[in-house]
Amino acid sequence: MAKQIDDETMENVCILAKLSLTEEEKEKAKKDMQDMLDYVDKLDELDTSGVEPMSHIFGDQNVFREDVVTNGDNSKEMLANAPKAKEGQYQVPKTIG
Amino acid sequence: MELSKLTALQLADKIKKHEISVLDGVKEVFSQIEEKDGQIHAYLDTYKKEAYARAKEVQKGIDEGIYTGPLAGVPIAVKDNICVQGKPTTCASKILEGFVPQYQAEVIDRLEKAGMIIIGKTNMDEFAMGSTTETSAYGVTRNPWNKEHVPGGSSGGSCAAVAAGEAYLALGSDTGGSIRQPSSYCGVTGLKPTYGTVSRYGLVAYASSLDQIGPVGKDVADCAALLEVIAGHDPKDSTSIDRHDLDFGKEMTDKIAGMKFGVPKEYLAEGLSPDVKDAFMETLKVLTQMGAIVEFFSVKTMEYMIPAYYIIASAEASSNLERFDGVKYGYRAAEYDGLHDMYKRTRTEGFGEEVKRRIMLGSFVLSSGYYDAYYLKALRTKALIKKEFDEAFEKYDVLLAPAAPYTAPKLGESLKDPMAMYLGDIYTVAVNLCGLPGITVPCGKDKIGLPIGIQMIGDCFMEKKILRAAHAYEKARGDFGTPEEGGREA
Amino acid sequence: MKQYETIIGLEVHVELATRTKIFCGCSTAFGGAPNTHTCPVCTGMPGSLPVLNKKVVEFALRAGLATNCSINQYCKFDRKNYFYPDNPQNYQISQLYLPICHDGFVEIETEAGKKKVRIHEMHMEEDAGKLIHDEWEDCSLVDYNRSGVPLIEIVSEPDMRSADEVIAYLEKLRCTMQYLGVSDCKLQEGSMRADVNLSVRVAGSDTLGTRTEMKNLNSFKAIAHAIEGERERQIELLEMGRSVVQETRRWDDNKESSHAMRSKEDAKDYRYFPDPDLPPIHISDEWIQKIREELPEFREEKAARYQEEFGLPEYDSRILTESRHLAALFEEVAGLCGNPKKAANWFMVEVLRLMKDKGVEAEKVRFTPQHLADLLEMVDKKQISPQNAKKIFEKVFDEDIDAVAYIEEHGLKIVEDTGLLTSTISRILDENPGPLSELLGGKEKVMGFFVGQIMKEMKGKANPASVREALLAEVEKRK
Repeated sequence: MAKQIDDETMENVCILAKLSLTEEEKEKAKKDMQDMLDYVDKLDELDTSGVEPMSHIFGDQNVFREDVVTNGDNSKEMLANAPKAKEGQYQVPKTIG
Repeated sequence: MELSKLTALQLADKIKKHEISVLDGVKEVFSQIEEKDGQIHAYLDTYKKEAYARAKEVQKGIDEGIYTGPLAGVPIAVKDNICVQGKPTTCASKILEGFVPQYQAEVIDRLEKAGMIIIGKTNMDEFAMGSTTETSAYGVTRNPWNKEHVPGGSSGGSCAAVAAGEAYLALGSDTGGSIRQPSSYCGVTGLKPTYGTVSRYGLVAYASSLDQIGPVGKDVADCAALLEVIAGHDPKDSTSIDRHDLDFGKEMTDKIAGMKFGVPKEYLAEGLSPDVKDAFMETLKVLTQMGAIVEFFSVKTMEYMIPAYYIIASAEASSNLERFDGVKYGYRAAEYDGLHDMYKRTRTEGFGEEVKRRIMLGSFVLSSGYYDAYYLKALRTKALIKKEFDEAFEKYDVLLAPAAPYTAPKLGESLKDPMAMYLGDIYTVAVNLCGLPGITVPCGKDKIGLPIGIQMIGDCFMEKKILRAAHAYEKARGDFGTPEEGGREA
Repeated sequence: MKQYETIIGLEVHVELATRTKIFCGCSTAFGGAPNTHTCPVCTGMPGSLPVLNKKVVEFALRAGLATNCSINQYCKFDRKNYFYPDNPQNYQISQLYLPICHDGFVEIETEAGKKKVRIHEMHMEEDAGKLIHDEWEDCSLVDYNRSGVPLIEIVSEPDMRSADEVIAYLEKLRCTMQYLGVSDCKLQEGSMRADVNLSVRVAGSDTLGTRTEMKNLNSFKAIAHAIEGERERQIELLEMGRSVVQETRRWDDNKESSHAMRSKEDAKDYRYFPDPDLPPIHISDEWIQKIREELPEFREEKAARYQEEFGLPEYDSRILTESRHLAALFEEVAGLCGNPKKAANWFMVEVLRLMKDKGVEAEKVRFTPQHLADLLEMVDKKQISPQNAKKIFEKVFDEDIDAVAYIEEHGLKIVEDTGLLTSTISRILDENPGPLSELLGGKEKVMGFFVGQIMKEMKGKANPASVREALLAEVEKRK
């Protein structure tokens, strides 16, 4: 049987995903996730013992860059999209020291 | 012949022969957009002024022999998850509101080098998550064949634009069927290349191990020509492959006699709508008549494809979408109390429901205690699915499958039941899990005249085989018609 | 009170001295204005993709082989997911499941003797950006210049038992990394960072206690103090019958104490998974062999050789080999002047003194070995006085002057044929009894006359300074 999604799990998922849901949304999300997990439980039927997890389809070849500087000063372009910037830096709420 | 009815290659040919100018083609596209897009809403943004200016530049380039390729002078639409320098790129999400990339996708560079003209950005499901283009934060796109129906998704805007004549060609992206399924719904041709064939640099990632950019066009030859333009090794994308067989348009003969087609018999079992099944079986008949060998075989991993796909795609998405946090670009909540509240409000307000659903699922399957049971299990399942397809390709040149179990649903019906919507991806997701190329070609219509597509799947790097099969079939099928004509029954 | 044993393991981050970042072509140079070394990749722009810097793999392999690690010839990058503004993608590309190196060790020596500290694993990862607190607006500002700078993290087993051992281990790692040329390993500048995992247990027990992790330690002093403080804190808790909480603590250098870093929002669940953007890395036997062959002679081997080959004392050998750069300089000078002992002496006294006086670190000492070798040869041949040699060497040390040219130019060379000089002086004095008596009478003015005469006779083989010196000595004799 699939893992039962409880409030605590939802709470934890919201912390991980940085989302805040209203009670109503949380209930709906809980149900949706439960439905999905019940469904993907199908995978348990499949015998995968001895099968290597396949993270990459290809990857026989090494892919490297040479250690050569190719980028110049892009600070203006990079900061052009910042919702808040100050003195050439991205401004964010105070982080805990 | 009306200008808007031409294929991209025909248009380029007329331009080359100086029968028409580059600007004529661009003007035609904008007149179609102005006429139809109010209702269809295929575009999120159009670049009329720039396109007109660019048309003159390209004309000059063609006249001077700088642009000599087969698509020089052709206007093209681009899905809004592909970065074009200096143009808003939203992924149809509120969270990227106001984001203007200062760099651009490798495919855009390639389009420009080929002398093509970018006319605008097309609508899509938010972050390419969805099968209807209804999860867009900027409104739905309607199916040009019947405006009460969805165009499919997530590349619904691109497919609708081509179907409606609002574009000669378009770029889409396909993570679990997002080119092939809407192509089927909209009666156009769409191709998902072998993973690594087209650079992902500048494509806003949904699920990095599955995403590929691909062409959407009016016919197979147009798709082959566009694939030739966009394919090629890119050192900026570590998963890009250095291939040397990129002359896709070359071997598109009409001869498929002796070619071996395999049909997974499980694909024709329950869940497939009768109309789609009939059109599919009819297509098999046509292929047989052309001298092809069509055989049924069994795919034992079928029912594990959707679970594996959704676990893997959601897991990667949850990580890929972490960067949208209100710090560097895009939307930031107006009010917040401290750093973590800023993150939460920004993301809660910025992402739509479907995106949040997948982010939460993905965060869960990767979380401590569940990683092995869900994520690793899905990667092992993927390996088994891949193995089964490898075995099939030892026997067959091309596999045949429907593109979707049914034709385009009505607007507003799909999102009510997310699980049911996910199940609709049954025929497309394995192609992404295994990195295979797949093409959808229109093959019929349902009772109310909505298009049905057939999917042809090749082994990795075997685009030429599926293009040849699709091209030959298309010729045998004859003209599919346009939404205005209502089409002729195939 | 019971006897307690302190169990310490270290997680050491070493910033690699590559020219560019780990996944993009941005410079790793220090000191640029904020965000001037950034691009779409290292600021996490949508659609950007990482491409691995080959040098990072080479450096990690060097570090692994030098610390006796086994190499995972098939390794991968994983994403470590957590939200923080210095982490532009909100995931750090690191290695968890298949790190590049594992199961190595280094040997350390303290007053308590020699011991092995085992290395659990070593992996490659990217550094984060820098956060600055803005007092005016009570907000933080992010600079991504350091974002994406390559790091290796070296995770030790809990094999250390004291601050001395920890410092010896860090010194050993620093020396090894410097010898390898993979990092300058400066704690103060953050190119080497150590997180201390510490637990205590009653002596003789064989189960490990609950450990805490200490961060933000920027000097050996801070590390020593933090270890002492944390040891006491944990023992105090246990003595009071309370238990140690597994947590991360932040060291405050000003307060000289640590505090727990806790937040409801830090779920501490990093959801590691293989990065789909980066294909696996295959490390061939040939590649490993090549790197192994290129490994330098390390400090211990070098010091042993100095004792054996050059007959240097153990202490001198150790000091001279502390920096690979200085050792190389010494060896060149020794080879050129053909007298290793003299060269070693000069380094031990003069070079070290000038480094100390002028605050120059070993890696920054720059002069042409030939210049010092020449000088040592002249001292040896008594062609220059030791006092002058020291003065001249300071100029070699500061400005890398050509010692020989300088000595010639300033006439500091003591004439070779002293017999000829004294006989010539005697003869000139005898031939000029008038001026001589004036000189003996105290008339310094005639000195110039004699020097001129003698120089003329010596036909340039003498220099005015040494002539003057020898003349005065002779006059002194005749007084």
